[in-house]
Amino acid sequence: MRRIISLLMENEAGALSRVVGLFAQRNYNIESLTVAPTDDETLSRLTLTTFAPDEQIEQITKQLNKLIEVVKLVDLTDGEHIERELMLVKIKASGMQRAEVKRTADIFRAQIVDVTQGTYTILLTGTSGKLDAFLRAMEEASVMEVVRSGVSGLSRGEKVLGI
Amino acid sequence: MPALSRFRLARSDWGNQSKIVQGNKVEMLSGADMLIRSLQEEDVDYIFGYPGGAVLHIYDALFKQNKIQHILVRHEQAATHMADGYARATGRAGVVFVTSGPGATNAITGIATAYMDSIPMIVVSGQAQTHLIGTDSFQETDMVGISRPVVKHSFLLKSADEIPETIKKAFYIATSGRQGPVVVDIPKDITNPIDLFPYQYPESLTMRSYSPATRGHSGQIKKAMAMLLEAERPMLYTGGGVVQGNGSKELIKLTKTLGYPVTNTLMGLGAYPGTDDQFLGMLGMHGTFEANNAMHHCDILLAIGARFDDRVTNTISKFCPHAKIIHVDIDPASISKNVVVDVPIVGPVDAVLKEMIRLAETGVPDRTEKQIQILSEWWDQIEGWRRQDCLKILCEEGSKVIKPQHVVKAVYEVTQGKAYVASDVGQHQMFAALYYPFDEPRRWISSGGLGTMGFGLPAAMGVQVAFPDETVVCITGDGSIQMNIQELSTCAQFGLPIKIININNHALGMVKQWQDMQYEGRHSHSYMDSLPDFVKLVESYGHKGFKVDSLDQLEGVLEKTFSLKDQLVFVDVIVDPEEHIYPMLVAPNGSMRDMWLKKGVRT
Repeated sequence: MRRIISLLMENEAGALSRVVGLFAQRNYNIESLTVAPTDDETLSRLTLTTFAPDEQIEQITKQLNKLIEVVKLVDLTDGEHIERELMLVKIKASGMQRAEVKRTADIFRAQIVDVTQGTYTILLTGTSGKLDAFLRAMEEASVMEVVRSGVSGLSRGEKVLGI
Repeated sequence: MPALSRFRLARSDWGNQSKIVQGNKVEMLSGADMLIRSLQEEDVDYIFGYPGGAVLHIYDALFKQNKIQHILVRHEQAATHMADGYARATGRAGVVFVTSGPGATNAITGIATAYMDSIPMIVVSGQAQTHLIGTDSFQETDMVGISRPVVKHSFLLKSADEIPETIKKAFYIATSGRQGPVVVDIPKDITNPIDLFPYQYPESLTMRSYSPATRGHSGQIKKAMAMLLEAERPMLYTGGGVVQGNGSKELIKLTKTLGYPVTNTLMGLGAYPGTDDQFLGMLGMHGTFEANNAMHHCDILLAIGARFDDRVTNTISKFCPHAKIIHVDIDPASISKNVVVDVPIVGPVDAVLKEMIRLAETGVPDRTEKQIQILSEWWDQIEGWRRQDCLKILCEEGSKVIKPQHVVKAVYEVTQGKAYVASDVGQHQMFAALYYPFDEPRRWISSGGLGTMGFGLPAAMGVQVAFPDETVVCITGDGSIQMNIQELSTCAQFGLPIKIININNHALGMVKQWQDMQYEGRHSHSYMDSLPDFVKLVESYGHKGFKVDSLDQLEGVLEKTFSLKDQLVFVDVIVDPEEHIYPMLVAPNGSMRDMWLKKGVRT
């Protein structure tokens, strides 16, 4: 099933390659990956989504924990959590279509962040499912370019991943 | 250059150049000197290595001291195997120096070998100068990248002032928790003798992201012992973790207190005395009939420092079908990786076993008559399997043909079972494991996980360096020995009196056996033609060589061999080329009780 693993690791050169390398060498899959330094700049927060059976998830988390640079790790999907992904889409929007694209964007609470005579560039945040739904709502032929950030997330409530 | 040096000093955050330590100003050292000094602080006595452009500064610093001795090999792979053999025999991290590029890549096989068997090792590799990294410069290779999947950890140094702390960390990581190799990649410019930096070796270390367990969970241990004391058909299955974790004494004590049968994996041999009655021999693919059967039929399995490798379990779904499993291991990722266990205990084997012994000592006297009776029935069953005598050597009466088993047995007798035995990989390795029972840990030096041919000779050398007065044997084959035979030259240079027993069947015996069994005897590229005259070859290096091809001469030649204490002796033993190693688990889809017992005969 789909899992969101979020971890804190030392913000050092090579740390990311160890995480990514681990997935390749042990034949695990990475669906999305996002990483950036945190407010404590010695730490990076990395969030990844993966599809795997439960036994494999257990191995993945153990193997990740074993990496020397990984400080702490949580499987967000183990409990209640908030997840968001950001997407930018460039869409053909001319003539009749132009108003329809705008209306759909409004329905999804998306923002139009760039406009040309023939295109809209739309910014949308939400769960991955919402982003998928927006793309389905757009006519396939009108979608020119898509970029997605990958999932970020936090546990709900007072639980924190910190040191 | 001086300007650069000043810049570096200015930007270094030590800020304590005038700090008074023991009445003196802080010492100023070059990166190369700092490295050597740091290694001295870690009590390194030997370094196995090979110089080259990127490590010239380091080798110059090495030249100017005499605390650490350097063993110059003939190929970097051998340096890593020597360090590995040294580490397996002593329990201390082996240290390797290699240069950048080909030096580093040649070391990879040895690093991977150490990684798979959890052997502590520090590999210091030279790297292109910092400003040249990434430009495809001469002898540049991404060592941290290329070694990443086969190291416990690695460092690429950015500046000389990182050296002392990095070395401290490298040793800590390599020798704690589940041990393993650590690579320290050092660009040439930061070892430059002109640039001096304040040197202070850190006394202690804290790493927020790394803290291996120091003891097991008491509740889990109690639960495990309760199960174990209630067991009707108990079995102890122990691996390399007991050797590496120095838990042998505790294992013996626990096993003796409980009175249970015990088996060791290939990596765990010697952790429990091989000649003891409670020992059922090695288990697994070429394990004994009694060990594999006891595994299959047990109701409580205590696994200690073993990792349920596919060479042990045979078909996972048929593994120990009646057993509840307790697993003690320092590495949480080893637990429930291949086989789901009932009681996991994460912790160092010695500490966990000590707690178990305490509980066993109070629990065992409370056994009921009935329990004692049930246990003795279990032992009766085991004795029945033992009577199969699965290791009996099958040969024609009066034949002079030497079987590989004869060779190992004879070596055992001549050395009175007290030698350090390094093996290569193949049939001879399994013969050695089965026919040379080890009574102490760290005597059996063999590449288990990676199965590295070419390991034996350099590993034996590493052991001999550590223990110059001990008898060190390398049991090898005509295939394996040729993978690192150049080290005969190193042996000559450093006077290493190893005894090499070459079990020569003119073939890659294990490959050939599989081809016999599974490919209708089509020997695709598994024969060795044009073998050298090994006797002449070793003599050309200044060593002594014997050849023996008749059973009645075997013992005499070996007696002579081991009497030559100060000399490397190579014995080329011509053995029956048709011999197979048995028992052998039936695969695929077999359980642990499904075995080939001899050619054409299975359970």
